[in-house]
Amino acid sequence: MRLPHFLRLVTGQLPEDNPFGIVAEFDNPGALLHAAEAVRKAGYRAFDVHSPFPIHGMDEAMGVRRTILPFLVLGGGLTGCVGALAMQIWMMAYDYPLVISGKPLMSIPAYIPVTFELTILLSGFAAVGSMLFLNFLPMLYHPLFKHEPFRKATDNAFFLSIEARDKQFDVEGTRSLLESIGGRNITLLEP
Amino acid sequence: MAVAHTNPPLQQAPPDEPLVAGGHDFASATETVSRVAESRTPKGWYVAFAIAVTFLGVLAVVISYLLWEGVGVWGVNNPVGWGWAIVNFVWWIGIGHAGTLISAILFLFRQKWRTSINRFAEAMTIFAVACAGIFPGIHVGRVWVAYWLFPIPNQMGIWPQFRSPLLWDVFAVSTYATISVLFWYVGMVPDLATLRDRAKTPLRRIAYGIFALGWRGSHRHWHVYEVAYLVLAGVSTPLVLSVHSVVSFDFAVSVLPGWHTTIFPPYFVDGAIFSGFAMVMTLMIPARQWFGLKDFVTLRHLENMNKILLATGMIVGYAYSTEFFIAWYSGNLYERFTFIHRALGPYAWAYWIMISCNVISPQLFWFRRLRRSIPVMFVVSIFVNIGMWFERYVIVVTSLASDFLPSSWDYFSPTLIDVLTYLGSFGLFFTLFLLFLRFLPVLALAEIKAIMPQAHAHHGHEPAHAGHATE
Repeated sequence: MRLPHFLRLVTGQLPEDNPFGIVAEFDNPGALLHAAEAVRKAGYRAFDVHSPFPIHGMDEAMGVRRTILPFLVLGGGLTGCVGALAMQIWMMAYDYPLVISGKPLMSIPAYIPVTFELTILLSGFAAVGSMLFLNFLPMLYHPLFKHEPFRKATDNAFFLSIEARDKQFDVEGTRSLLESIGGRNITLLEP
Repeated sequence: MAVAHTNPPLQQAPPDEPLVAGGHDFASATETVSRVAESRTPKGWYVAFAIAVTFLGVLAVVISYLLWEGVGVWGVNNPVGWGWAIVNFVWWIGIGHAGTLISAILFLFRQKWRTSINRFAEAMTIFAVACAGIFPGIHVGRVWVAYWLFPIPNQMGIWPQFRSPLLWDVFAVSTYATISVLFWYVGMVPDLATLRDRAKTPLRRIAYGIFALGWRGSHRHWHVYEVAYLVLAGVSTPLVLSVHSVVSFDFAVSVLPGWHTTIFPPYFVDGAIFSGFAMVMTLMIPARQWFGLKDFVTLRHLENMNKILLATGMIVGYAYSTEFFIAWYSGNLYERFTFIHRALGPYAWAYWIMISCNVISPQLFWFRRLRRSIPVMFVVSIFVNIGMWFERYVIVVTSLASDFLPSSWDYFSPTLIDVLTYLGSFGLFFTLFLLFLRFLPVLALAEIKAIMPQAHAHHGHEPAHAGHATE
């Protein structure tokens, strides 16, 4: 079975002489935005930009599609809601019915607060879990981490990386494209 | 600082002060914030930490004594079964609410000034909820069966009572604690990556590296991350409103005069936000001084918080007067007695401390000069903390001490153990807080950078001006 790219990466199944990709540095958020646009227009798909904060307008520049995360959260929330109601009704009215202060066994209004809280709780778990899952995090190893200047990506530097798995990728051509759009410190990354 | 307009008569308001002062660029912002967690530990920190841990030790001792001896070591007596433990619980959980308000509600309202204070306030939330959680836990008496609060199958085959507000409280508070931790941690991941990338020693690199989850600032990640953060803010907003509403149900669903009112949920939520903002001020004013964060937490931030204190303080005052009005207007003798008893009876001292601190002291903030004066706002924030504690004291104790039957009335006096338990909870709070200040990114660095003018992709294509980042 062919593993997804990132799993082949972390399990060392990429051949040693096969580069991971190429990375270039840009001066500021505006330059990075234009670079991302140029790279997308040149036909690249397996590329990414790295910045210390999210850059407004980058979704369109890179052509990032809207994430499905909200639907996963909806699923979590519905599970919490239905699960909490079912749990309370089963426990209070079927498994061990107890009449308290003459209230009906199925006192739905009294079950609303717990239902509400568990809806929120499972939505929150779904939001965080989906974020990690969709982003393949935690991923403690990545070829970019071996690139010394990349440490500034969480400080004040802006990078664009193009992966070798992209069909368009070719070391010389990609390098000259990055040069032509103002990339600096262009480096080939080992896996 | 704003340009000093002398007497501006009905003209266009001057542009807002910048949210980040001192002409910082991205690198200097990183440097200023990271330095707090990276520089040599200041001597003052050790002193403060030693004091905090001492009080934490006191808490451990008095709780052990309580478990050994029973709840009789507290001042609780026959009519007043809920003493300081419940007062402290409501007080601490209320303080937490400001953190969620700042991080979630102000986020949804696109209040960019929140970025400088949200990390700090969220940390305060979590530690305050930790303190709050202790009190009902030890108040149940037989702590070793506290797991009966959760729907865990047990040998009796019985389930917790889901029609009881006390059980709703268990779910509300534990959900609140969990979601607050998630929200705080998710917000911190990019900043932990900053600390990882700046780490000088392998230990720091590995420790921050693990908690940073391998964050590499990828925009494909940022996209999902931002949506997840927005969703978390969206679910936290109704959550924070529900938590103190549920806390107020503990009172309002009972039949005691002074408790059985429909005003309680909004009144409690507002009081919670009020007290929480006061606590943020109390902590923030010294911290920005000591850690050199004045460029990020500017007078404008503090002034905004003071305005919220004024507004929420007025709402609290309004709630106090509405309670009184309804006590008279309802024609209910017991209700009317309870309120006259609160203001003029044996607990009048507590009632008037509450009124002076919560309703009168924030009125100073009508004046711009006082709103922007550090000593004034610090003192008022302390007053509000005190006043809000007494509000809960008045609510919990007066209604219980003198209910329907005069023959069962009694006066409540705390014991030394009550006082030490309360002081000990500060030990827990400040121990956690000092550890946070020492080891974690104290300001939301990635968010602050995103609101700096340079972060705008078209920055430099147009003349920069002071209000640029604030829209």
